[in-house]
Amino acid sequence: MELILAIGIGVFVGSGVWLLLRPRTYQVIVGLSLIAYGVNLFIFSMGRLQSNAAPVLASATIDPADYTDPIPQALVLTAIVIGFATTALFLVLLLVSRGLTGSDHVDGREPN
Amino acid sequence: MAWANHLLIAPILLPLVTGAFLLLFDERRRSFKALVSLFSTLALLAIAIALMTYADAAPDQDAATQVYLLGNWAAPFGIVLVLDRLSALMLLLTSVLAIAALTFSLARWHKSGPHFHTLFQFLLMGLNGAFLTGDLFNLFVFFEVFLAASYGLALHGSGAQRVKAGLHYVVINLAGASLFLVGVSLIYGVTGTLNMADLALRIPLVDADNRMLLEAGAAILGIAFLIKAGMWPLGFWLPTTYSAAAAPVAAIFAMLSKVGIYILLRLSLLLFGADAGASAGFGEPWLLYGGMATITFGAIGVLASQAMGRLAGSYVLVSSGTLLAAIGMANVSVTAGALFYLVSSTLTISAFFLLIELVERAQDPAADVLAVTMEVYGDDMDEEEVEEEVGVAIPATLVILGICFTACAVLLAGMPPLSGFVAKFAMLTALLNPQGLGASDGSISITAWGFVTLLILSGLAAMIAMTRAGIRTFWAPIEGTVPRVLVMEFAPVAFLLVLCIGLTIQGGRVMTYMDATARSLHSPRNYIADVLSAPSLPGPKTSEAK
Repeated sequence: MELILAIGIGVFVGSGVWLLLRPRTYQVIVGLSLIAYGVNLFIFSMGRLQSNAAPVLASATIDPADYTDPIPQALVLTAIVIGFATTALFLVLLLVSRGLTGSDHVDGREPN
Repeated sequence: MAWANHLLIAPILLPLVTGAFLLLFDERRRSFKALVSLFSTLALLAIAIALMTYADAAPDQDAATQVYLLGNWAAPFGIVLVLDRLSALMLLLTSVLAIAALTFSLARWHKSGPHFHTLFQFLLMGLNGAFLTGDLFNLFVFFEVFLAASYGLALHGSGAQRVKAGLHYVVINLAGASLFLVGVSLIYGVTGTLNMADLALRIPLVDADNRMLLEAGAAILGIAFLIKAGMWPLGFWLPTTYSAAAAPVAAIFAMLSKVGIYILLRLSLLLFGADAGASAGFGEPWLLYGGMATITFGAIGVLASQAMGRLAGSYVLVSSGTLLAAIGMANVSVTAGALFYLVSSTLTISAFFLLIELVERAQDPAADVLAVTMEVYGDDMDEEEVEEEVGVAIPATLVILGICFTACAVLLAGMPPLSGFVAKFAMLTALLNPQGLGASDGSISITAWGFVTLLILSGLAAMIAMTRAGIRTFWAPIEGTVPRVLVMEFAPVAFLLVLCIGLTIQGGRVMTYMDATARSLHSPRNYIADVLSAPSLPGPKTSEAK
């Protein structure tokens, strides 16, 4: 499970970084989204990976080792919401830039 | 003092409530919105002053830390707000800049786009939150709050130039936010806590296997802040964005780059200070050499700038670099001088951004570029006209603007008699006497000499660039139109510059405060103890009745 998750994060972030360095705004926004997915999975993995373990303790007398760490899950939730909002904002900006400059290049004009 | 304890959350709640309230009214009720926004910001200033007196109330103690438990859970489990001298100082500086920028915007700028006041209030909320929060993840949340507001403000007024600069700004900060999250989660994964005070206790206990992971996390987190502070080579976006932003927005953005500096100062001394065991002093060489590279790059940028907006943007880099290098020196007196420099340079840069807009109103945007070109190729026609122009009258507006411009130049260059000089003098004294004044065995390292040289040369670069810009603007303008300036626009510039003069006159008292701040930052034991021992309030009786 660890290996699959690690490869998954690597693929997400690797392709994200590649797209981020591309010259078109649409590629950049897809790249940013992929990086955000990779980062969210990474945060999740920082609570250690466990199958079939609940994040909320049912009572005080049980073994904490049977439960997964709830804090990274809460962090991921916050990060997803914030990432979603900023990506939406960037999408608007991308369209405004396209409208004002007539080009979807990140610098607003085509390289000669 | 129960009320004073609740006052601690007011700098976050007040702008949040005001900003949300202003969303309910449409843009036609502009003067009402402006009035509400102005009153809220004035109240914020009053709160910041009250909090500062509160933080400074116990001068004998090393730390006077106030802790506010949100949700009434004790420190490492719940989230906390922490007020000490440094955060009180940053709160006050933010609200002062906010008053100046907001007043300036009321003359013209707040009409040039929707929701200016709401975005402005949310920006203040994010900034205040980032200064007050005591744990890393809330820091991320407040960072995103003020960044989201700053995206809107950077685009305020629209136009192709702003959209282009804004596009780069947003991409860089979104990528920076990802690095921030990776850093925070790595640190959590190793130590199991996000509370800054708790982290400071746990970092010395991290075993050798995990130490590399922890330091990698701290380094990635640091890069996120260094992007914000504009360290070379992470700061190429900064001059473009700042010079493209509307004047009042650029004035408050001068504070944004200082947030990165604030966090680096706080975390490097709290987490990797002398008590941090094997990790003590982690990252300091990076900050020192990176800061020195930033000063060099910024000074070259200042000299090479053809327009004044870029000059100011490049000077932001010089200021950031100076502060980063000063943090990297990890010396109490240098830190105290750097704090003074932080206040003085932020006020100056902010005033300068406002002033540029007033001065450039009279000029064609291309005139600056033309002026520099003429310097290179020589301008013969001026010499012929000299005879006729004897005794030409300078209009009163230009005189007032010229005086402000000169004050800015003196402050930016760090020349006597204004506060820029006091700040640089404090840092230079500390650098040349690393063991404190009077100690005879103080040998000065080569890096300290390098820093001293760069500090002086960057002042020289600022002086040359400002003199050139000033001569071209006030003495030999290409076009002779006089800018129309309202009192409301001139007043904020004068206010900020008068504050700089006040800093000079009250230099002793201010420096005492900075010294106390630096001392408590360098020995964070009291901070840690205060945060972790903050008592939670007893709950209401009804819950016990069950």
